[in-house]
Amino acid sequence: MTSLNLNIEEGSIVVLIGPSGCGKTTTLRMINRLIEPTSGRIEINGKDVTHGPVAELRREIGYVIQQVGLFPHQTIAGNIATVPKMLGWEKQRVSDRIDELADLVGLEPSLLDRYPDELSGGQQQRVGVARALAADPPVLLMDEPFGAVDPIVRTRLQDELLELQARVGKTIVLVTHDIDEALKVADRIALLNVGGILEQYSPADELLAEPANQFVEEFVGEDRSVKRLQLRTVADIPFHRGPVVAATDGVATARSIMREYSSEWVGVTSQNVFLGWVHGEDLQDGLPLESAPRSVPAAQVQPGSTLRNAMQIIMTSHTSAAVIDNGGLFGGVVTLELIRASLEAETGP
Amino acid sequence: MIPLFGQAPNPIVRWEYFIDEWDQIQRALIEHLELTVYAVTLGLVVSAGLSAIALRFRRTAAPINGVTAFLYTIPSVALFGILVPYFGLSRLSAVLPLAAYTLLILVTNIVAGFNSVSPEVREAADGMGMTPARRILHVELPLAMPYIVTGLRIAVVSTVGLVTVAAIIGQGGLGRLILDGLRRAFWTPMTIGAVLSILLALALDGLILGAGKWLTPWAQRGRSAL
Repeated sequence: MTSLNLNIEEGSIVVLIGPSGCGKTTTLRMINRLIEPTSGRIEINGKDVTHGPVAELRREIGYVIQQVGLFPHQTIAGNIATVPKMLGWEKQRVSDRIDELADLVGLEPSLLDRYPDELSGGQQQRVGVARALAADPPVLLMDEPFGAVDPIVRTRLQDELLELQARVGKTIVLVTHDIDEALKVADRIALLNVGGILEQYSPADELLAEPANQFVEEFVGEDRSVKRLQLRTVADIPFHRGPVVAATDGVATARSIMREYSSEWVGVTSQNVFLGWVHGEDLQDGLPLESAPRSVPAAQVQPGSTLRNAMQIIMTSHTSAAVIDNGGLFGGVVTLELIRASLEAETGP
Repeated sequence: MIPLFGQAPNPIVRWEYFIDEWDQIQRALIEHLELTVYAVTLGLVVSAGLSAIALRFRRTAAPINGVTAFLYTIPSVALFGILVPYFGLSRLSAVLPLAAYTLLILVTNIVAGFNSVSPEVREAADGMGMTPARRILHVELPLAMPYIVTGLRIAVVSTVGLVTVAAIIGQGGLGRLILDGLRRAFWTPMTIGAVLSILLALALDGLILGAGKWLTPWAQRGRSAL
């Protein structure tokens, strides 16, 4: 590795990513000095950590690795207690902490007396995270933490990591080779090239919207517009009410709003609950809107759905629009046009 | 003494021998046990040192293996004789060769045990801030234990058998009973010596097996639900 200058904000998740040989794992392992840097400084809270007792430093830095590396001869509780025991915590405090962590990472308390070999890969990885967090270190290093589990479990563990981070607010440095994982969990992504050259260090959306050079562009892939859709939710874009009227508004209003949106369909709500779509040909003057045949059920999204998910739903709907279901109430309408426009707007949600 | 059944003056076991010679039998048994324990303990201590060297300095592993294997090939009768000029017909002359024979088995198993510890377990231990001493004592040694216990069982069983040969230099516990029987063409002490030697080997083997299971509860549970 040559030289690398990274400033990691406290309480954020920074992902190191790049092709093999880029030194992402080396960089990570230099932070807890499993690899000693030949020169330079590594500071945590302004304190240079490259000198002084290495064992004590590591007890203040949580460390999670891909193969988990649980101690097969110790129970799950014993594994989690590793660092607290080294720090000389009292028995009661250790056991309270174990219970707390099991709850935090979503481990059944009954698993605590088992041995690692008796757990599934996903459960073992949760134990690995609990063990790393045991002494409440401010910094957590994760080396391809979800690389050894199947895609379904991986997605769940990523979600859990984000939920966990919302509760504990650690400074996390995570190494991965999976760009989708990086985009999903990172506050900032450091994209490294062979030899440890930092190509770009920016938030996920910026990396996709404004790749610094051709290497970044190629690394993130041709579908970076689609990937950006995954970073934003329906609530992030300026959606509108769409061609939708209340049942009490009457047929005339429905016709005019359809003209306004050049839509063949009109949505009908009653007491702010979306009832369904009515085709223009089925509207009859004088007939109450509520009795018009609603031939198409609403394709629904939630405000928290990703734009990618919304796009998927719109593609399969007859009316080319997804209805936002805001806790049972009508929230508005999202169309492909709105999603496309949001990508052209400035970067960042 | 009048034989009970015609021409059978020398039965496999003459039971009154038990009562008459009980003191001697008991002494032989205890001596046998002591020689075994001393020899294996000494062998274990030396093996631990040799294994540590072999594991720490990988290039020494092959020579250490060569030397211990060479010791193992020396015929026991010869090895017991070699030390007599130096230590006389003493217990030491018996214990040293017995210990030497355990080295190959013990070193091989100890080294295999420590090598069986997976690199990621070691990395996790280091990454969490264990000192090397703590890692070896709290992580590597327990994980190597099943191998060490296996080696110890083989060493103990083979040593119990070898102790009898030490009778040729006046030691040898139950071996002296056997030798005595051979010299006098008298079956009883031979049978008693041999049977007690076998029983002692089985008992010690069972003891170590049990202790090993108690020490490694984690290795007793089968893998499940993966």
